[in-house]
Amino acid sequence: MDDLLREFLTETFESLDVVDVELVKFEQEPNNAKILDNIFRLVHTIKGTCGFLGLPRLEAIAHASETLMGKFRDGVPVTPESVSLVLNSIDRIKEILGELEMSNGVEPEGDDQDLIKELERLSLSADAGELGADAAEPEEEAVAEGDDVYQVLERPLRPGEVSLDELERAFREAEVEVDMRVAVSDDDEAEPQVEVKVKASASGEAASGGASVAKDQPAKNNGGQGVSNQSIRVAVDTLEDLMTMVSELVLTRNQLLEIVRRHEDSEFKVPLQRLSNVTAELQEGVMKTRMQPIGNAWQKLPRIVRDLSQELSKPISLEMIGADTELDRQVLELIKDPLTHMIRNSADHGLESPAERVAAGKPEKGVITLSAYHEGGHILIEVRDDGRGLNLAKIKQKALANGITTESELEKMSDQQIQKFIFAAGFSTASAVTNVSGRGVGMDVVRNNVEMIGGSIDVRSQEGRGSSFIIKIPLTLAIVSTLIVESHGDRFAIPQLSVVELVRVQSNSEHRIERIKDRPVLRLRNKLLPLVPLSQLLGFESEDQELDKDNGFIVVMQVGSQRFGVVVDGVFHTEEIVVKPMSSMLRNLTMFSGNTILGDGAVIMIIDPNGVASAMASHASGALVEEVEEKAEEISEKKVDGDAPISMLLFRAGSAEPKAVPLSLVTRLEEFDVSKIERSNGRDLVQYRGTLMPLVYINESAQHKSEGTQPMLVFSDSGRSMGLVVDDIVDIVEDRMKIEVVSERAGILGSAIIKEKATEIIDLGHYLPLAFDDWFMRKEMSNQPTARKLLFVDDSAFFRNMLTPVLKAAGYDVTTCPSAQAAFELLEKGEDYAAIVTDIEMPEINGYQFCESLRGDTRFRHLPIIALSAVVTPQSIQQGRDAGFDDYVAKFDRPGLIASLKDVFTNEMGVAA
Amino acid sequence: MSNFAGSNNTELLHASSEYIQYVTVVIGGQLFGLPISQVHDVFVPEKVTRVPLSPPEVEGVLNLRGRIVTAINMRRRLHLPPLDEDQSMMAVGIEYKSESYGLVIDSVGEVLNLPTHEREDNPSNLDWRWAEISGGVHRLEGQLMVILDVDSLLTTLIEPKAA
Repeated sequence: MDDLLREFLTETFESLDVVDVELVKFEQEPNNAKILDNIFRLVHTIKGTCGFLGLPRLEAIAHASETLMGKFRDGVPVTPESVSLVLNSIDRIKEILGELEMSNGVEPEGDDQDLIKELERLSLSADAGELGADAAEPEEEAVAEGDDVYQVLERPLRPGEVSLDELERAFREAEVEVDMRVAVSDDDEAEPQVEVKVKASASGEAASGGASVAKDQPAKNNGGQGVSNQSIRVAVDTLEDLMTMVSELVLTRNQLLEIVRRHEDSEFKVPLQRLSNVTAELQEGVMKTRMQPIGNAWQKLPRIVRDLSQELSKPISLEMIGADTELDRQVLELIKDPLTHMIRNSADHGLESPAERVAAGKPEKGVITLSAYHEGGHILIEVRDDGRGLNLAKIKQKALANGITTESELEKMSDQQIQKFIFAAGFSTASAVTNVSGRGVGMDVVRNNVEMIGGSIDVRSQEGRGSSFIIKIPLTLAIVSTLIVESHGDRFAIPQLSVVELVRVQSNSEHRIERIKDRPVLRLRNKLLPLVPLSQLLGFESEDQELDKDNGFIVVMQVGSQRFGVVVDGVFHTEEIVVKPMSSMLRNLTMFSGNTILGDGAVIMIIDPNGVASAMASHASGALVEEVEEKAEEISEKKVDGDAPISMLLFRAGSAEPKAVPLSLVTRLEEFDVSKIERSNGRDLVQYRGTLMPLVYINESAQHKSEGTQPMLVFSDSGRSMGLVVDDIVDIVEDRMKIEVVSERAGILGSAIIKEKATEIIDLGHYLPLAFDDWFMRKEMSNQPTARKLLFVDDSAFFRNMLTPVLKAAGYDVTTCPSAQAAFELLEKGEDYAAIVTDIEMPEINGYQFCESLRGDTRFRHLPIIALSAVVTPQSIQQGRDAGFDDYVAKFDRPGLIASLKDVFTNEMGVAA
Repeated sequence: MSNFAGSNNTELLHASSEYIQYVTVVIGGQLFGLPISQVHDVFVPEKVTRVPLSPPEVEGVLNLRGRIVTAINMRRRLHLPPLDEDQSMMAVGIEYKSESYGLVIDSVGEVLNLPTHEREDNPSNLDWRWAEISGGVHRLEGQLMVILDVDSLLTTLIEPKAA
């Protein structure tokens, strides 16, 4: 029984999806008897099976809908109202089926009298309105004819499962039941006669003239059985497992091929060739089992469009082309939702209202065309409407308002580039939010979903003529064909999908790299192609490094409408690879989409074209920012104060004003249940990681919460932790911190504008001793009695303020200097320092120059100098090393700085000893 | 862990059964111990593919019998100077949240069976970068063995605090 039920559920769900589609079709072509027959047959089957399985609720609804549809067949005009009602009943059936599935075969309690009554009412009114007494006979005839047709049609569909006669009888009885209620009682007697008569003629027709009923039916029966025996249902999991194993097999085969390639005369060659072919075929075969026509993902769309059409009062017709295009079912699942969303968008925003359309000289009925076709190793899906098109002006306005772009950037952009803004997050040009779409989470979600499966989305639109969205997705996700390239001695795989062509670079040929303000470009068929060296994208080298002019390849890539060239050192071959996800430790690297094992056993990183494209984009804007900054510098050479943006943690504590602390100083954000806060020796403590952590309040008036959880910032240093009690954590922002007003109040360094609000920057140095009186003392004790003298050079007052207490706390005697110039003066005066800590980014003389000139002086050749910088990249570190720095520390890496100082001093002592 | 130790102290007599086996490894001259239950295998890392833009602690990725393993350079994680080029390296394979990681270390030592009640908490003056990933210390004859807390090690690497 269980198996039977499961089978019934799967099959019925499938049938219902078909009914959905067919009904919508039928509404448009009410005279197409074939469609109606099809629907009738499906509903009838459901009804019959329900009766057989003992599901009275389902049976009743199916029966009532069938009755109404019977009336349609009798020639009653099809109204949207009645189709809606039938669709509603289908929905109800689905609902019940869903519950049935959940509850393991028990039909849920419930009453469907509302629907059934409505269905019956329509059936009755149809009768009353359309069928007079004289129409009684044709009606019977029609019913009888129908009876016969599905007898013939039905058998091939469900061979041998449910006794047909049984169903047939049930159906006929049901039919009679209704007829009894509706028709005049005289007809009751007349019916059999009519039926017999018509049956003969009808079946005669069905058997194309000559063949007898008996002969005809078994023939169809056999055919049906044949089909059912040829296909079996397989659990998706089984197929997935099979696919994984085949993928592994492909990998192993590749490895074997690689080995044999190295041994020319191997006897394995021939059998391996055969294995290779078989594997390829196997792969193809398994792939095929996973392939499904894209129409499966489209099934719900006609219904959605129909409902939308009614809801929005816009006549819409949906045309679907290429529904039999096949693609991997995994991909199919993933594009279902984006597609639905896009169709909704087209219907809601894309198409104008009928009045507008007429005014624009278009037919009243809007057309949405959905098409799918194969192209290369991928599938293209296009959603096109003949509506108003994208409004460029509106997009520009919105893009500016959202701060995605600037006026000057916009001017340089092509229309297509501007249109692409609709894929940006939170972008919706619909001025009104309807309940259909326009909630601002539209196209960016679609784009994300599409990109997640390695696809891309593009838009083409002409104002007034309509828009078209084109999704390009790989046929399958499991195996990707990639181009293996080399950069900086390492190999990388680039998915073929986004590779357009390869260009060999030669300094004397037309393909040579030229530069516009240090940015490499290539003339390619009378167009300029922006270039970026892969080694630079991957952080191997800085951008000013000269590109090897004679020995390079350019991989021309296309991502969306963005086309660019990636310069690589070498190109090897293409290889089919199985993408393996990156370990979670590396997943945040946007430049890679995964990794895989190559034929030779080495692991290779797979470049993510989308990551490259966005890096290109940010690269370009980065250059812009640089330029602007350069100009700003020229204008006011002096004022460069803590200019690099830093991450700040915004919170509220004690008062309503926002407070901020550099995020890097915070060890952790914690929340403790208030009940965990204990009071001991006159202060609040919590047990934290096996030790007692004292809590500190921002000021005397601040208190911890009385119930719930208490958020706090945990600061740790040398095994000690303190919890700063805050009211709530507001945000983490990246902003330039420029202290505008220096504070006199203890605990506050000053106020700065962060996120356009005056924000108090707290002075951690004030709070640490509140937790442990000896926080700083302890360290001073541990250090040598004679504190070492330290010169700290930084042009930013903020950093001088922030780091001086830290350095002092670590036991150094700190002298600060606002510039390298001042530092020179101090040193010239004969001041003796044990070490120098200097900022890199300073006006006039920067840290590198400062260090280099010190190293040039014999007196300071061995003086430890530590660089402190907001910019920590391998290049900058190298540059620092070249300039003669002993160490290079990130500006906010406080412990790093202390450790580094300790290191240079111990080294020094080691050398001395 | 600390609860465990506490209950052991009270039932010292039965504590003989409360032993943990540690695989000992040497990193920069210091002896470390990894609970044997967490050690999958020990191997020599070969053909490590560098991962550009990755955190400095990540040595790279490598193929270990068909699985992709992320190799973590423990010297770099512990802020120790790098190993000389000609010295051989070893790696300890571990599983964490069904992903494979390899901790690149200097050398592997013997397996020690140590009673849990002898475990001591980290000394309070331990470098915080070490304390973060240390699960305590065992006093062995002649040297100390730091217990490597594999879970915190990987948590600190996978979810680094924003800085």
